Amino acid sequence: MDLNKKFTPETWPDHPETATLEAKNKFVGFWLFLGGETILFATLFATYIALKNSGPSGFGFSTQELYELPLVFVMTMLLLTSSLTSVFAMYHLRNFNFKKMQLWLAITAFLGLGFLMLEVYEFTHYVHLGFTYNNSAFSSAFYTLVGTHGFHVAVGLVWITLLIFRNAKRGLNLYNATKYYTFSLYWHFIDVVWVFIFTVVYLMGVIG
Amino acid sequence: MSSVAQKKGFGATLWDWLTTVDHKKIGILYFLGGGFFFVVGGIEAMMIRWQLYKPNNDFVSAGLFNDLITMHGTTMIFLAAMPILFGFMNAIVPLQIGARDVAFPFINSLGFWMFFFGGLFLNISWLYGEVPNAGWTSYASLSIASEGHGIDFYAIGLQIAGGGTLMAGINFLVTIINMRAPGMTYMRMPLFTWTTFVASAMILFAFPPLTIGLFFLTFDRMFGGNFFDHTMGGNTIIWEHIFWIFGHPEVYILILPAFGIFSEIFSIFSRKRLFGYPSMVFATVLIGFLGFMVWAHHMFTVGLGPTANAIFAVATMAIAVPTGVKIFNWLLTMWGGSIKVTTPMLYALGFIPSFVMGGVTGVMQGAAPLDYQLHDSYFIVAHFHYVIVGGVVLAILAATHLYWPKMFGTMLNETLGKITFTFFFIGFHMTFLIQHWLGFWGMPRRVWTYMDGQGWNLANLISTCGALLMAIGVIVLVYNVIITSIKNVKVGNDPWGDGRTLEWAIESPPIYYNFPATPLVRGLDTVWIEKMEGNETGLTPAEPIKDIHMPNGSIIPILMSFGLFIAGFGAMFRTEEAWGLPVLIFGLLWTFVSMAARSLQDDTGYYIKKDEILRDLKRKGGQK
Repeated sequence: MDLNKKFTPETWPDHPETATLEAKNKFVGFWLFLGGETILFATLFATYIALKNSGPSGFGFSTQELYELPLVFVMTMLLLTSSLTSVFAMYHLRNFNFKKMQLWLAITAFLGLGFLMLEVYEFTHYVHLGFTYNNSAFSSAFYTLVGTHGFHVAVGLVWITLLIFRNAKRGLNLYNATKYYTFSLYWHFIDVVWVFIFTVVYLMGVIG
Repeated sequence: MSSVAQKKGFGATLWDWLTTVDHKKIGILYFLGGGFFFVVGGIEAMMIRWQLYKPNNDFVSAGLFNDLITMHGTTMIFLAAMPILFGFMNAIVPLQIGARDVAFPFINSLGFWMFFFGGLFLNISWLYGEVPNAGWTSYASLSIASEGHGIDFYAIGLQIAGGGTLMAGINFLVTIINMRAPGMTYMRMPLFTWTTFVASAMILFAFPPLTIGLFFLTFDRMFGGNFFDHTMGGNTIIWEHIFWIFGHPEVYILILPAFGIFSEIFSIFSRKRLFGYPSMVFATVLIGFLGFMVWAHHMFTVGLGPTANAIFAVATMAIAVPTGVKIFNWLLTMWGGSIKVTTPMLYALGFIPSFVMGGVTGVMQGAAPLDYQLHDSYFIVAHFHYVIVGGVVLAILAATHLYWPKMFGTMLNETLGKITFTFFFIGFHMTFLIQHWLGFWGMPRRVWTYMDGQGWNLANLISTCGALLMAIGVIVLVYNVIITSIKNVKVGNDPWGDGRTLEWAIESPPIYYNFPATPLVRGLDTVWIEKMEGNETGLTPAEPIKDIHMPNGSIIPILMSFGLFIAGFGAMFRTEEAWGLPVLIFGLLWTFVSMAARSLQDDTGYYIKKDEILRDLKRKGGQK
């Protein structure tokens, strides 16, 4: 593949993310990878549901008392919005508008960072309450499920930062278009997992 | 890079193998790596049998015996059987679908090195002196109570190797979905490709639970987690569920490629199209699907209740139906065929009765009430060795003979091959048939020794003698490999004379770009069709000869895997040694920096020029 081939919005293909065989491979491979990730999170969810509220005798924490929905609501809004901004970025990717794509991706990254910082705050808050990782089966399952999601967000942030800076000076080509596109797939996936966490962990925790 | 064979120095050759992304070379690496661990696991098996050949034996201590059974099972499943099958998949599947490489050559290499370093990590436990000792299933109550670092070696080693397996699975899926030659529709794919496809899909969905289970185990043991500790509200049954949600599909991940290999063999050496090809494909997919529905039959005695047990019992028995379809299709492939009894065919003939016996005992255990009687007895040991050895290992040995010319360019000696088969096959039945009765007579599995006067002495002695015969068989095979390599008599495209699929239409071993021109596939068993029509080359090109795009080699896969290997030691000694935490961080950083280096450099591969391909063709003597 020729990296120096110059495109204009007219010559840019409709689906740059799957324009070459390598790109198609990455695209299909990444979808399959997300399939595996789904099972990974399903296992974590099942374990969390099994161990929810369960601790040693005299255990003093329950989902009703622990979780605070306002904070989680703000986190949810940040992450959902970041998913939307990544869609804008992909719109500009298809239209060969590199500058705007980079801008929307940077906004996506900042929203993701905001989410992650709130999650760190949430965790430290719980630890201060005495709800540590080692405190019970419930806490282990909670931190592992939500923490694995948080870890995925962190990985996504490093990924998009590297992409933004690596390509800042050279613009779009058919080699990096797939990289940008798979990132957006990944980001949507993280978002969907969070929707489930919000429902299964927080809503069902407070209401159920 | 030049395709002309040149004498290279040792350093250059070594560098070539460490950095290769060629699927044929990675196939050989998998085969050799898996073969090494197969010998290690075999030695462990021999030590187990030697300990048990007479009552009250003290050849090994009770603790060492636990180490041996754990490492024998773990090594054979994760480090021998699967990698050797991956070796054949890598070497053969891209050729069968007319591709020049796999979809992700870099990840292919990464998958191999992660398997290799994971296996190394597990086996370094022998040198360290604290070995995994809670059985290959590592049930949680036992494994979190196990002292020392044995189980840590298990959890981290399998984590690394399992990551490699997952990558290999995704790689094969994408390869088969995207890279089939023109005309190679799904229903024209050779059965080995089909079984690889379904087994890879199963890897994709079965390995993530293992990853999570191993993380839970690691967290519980090293970071104060409480998943399995009931005093802290945990639940030890969760491990059993997670392990078997992975573990049961795993046995189908092993047996499906074995079925594929035997399908090829029956068809080639009966010189007949595979009988009932569509039903074979359907049965493969159905087995893959049902394989996920039956995990709790390993847990009948846990006490899940009669409803759960009944559902899982029925689902288990249902798997016998597609498997039966396969058995009858193989028999009917031979029916009326012009059968040639070569070494691979001998294995295939031996496989049918052996595997049927293993399958039938499997259905017996599927009946939950009977399983209460059989559970944890030698009957179980006999059953799973009948399916794994009688199915998977026979397939591996058969494929070793069948594909040796395609992988190495020489032909294993047929007489020695048949001697290997005779020793191994008789030894196998001698070892494990009697163990069914040992189970009925009450001998529990995983016991270090037993008392005299329980009527088990003779049976155990017979079993150990059988194991010796199997070992002799393997030694003959190794001898065969050595003399074949020394003689080094090169063979042509189709050394068996009856190849039906694309891999037999190109030279042995194939040139690094496989096909000078991508072939056109005209039907099931396309090469056979071409040969019947008098096309000597067996190939119709689908395109004119033109420049070929190839991937670059890379040292990064081995670096990334090595970083994880180092980090594993850091994690293990994090609390007790001052260097633990720094080494953990260093290892992870090492991996991450290698990964970033890969990500930041542009690696778009290179082109082989048309002239060079034409030159190669000329050198091969006007071969089309």
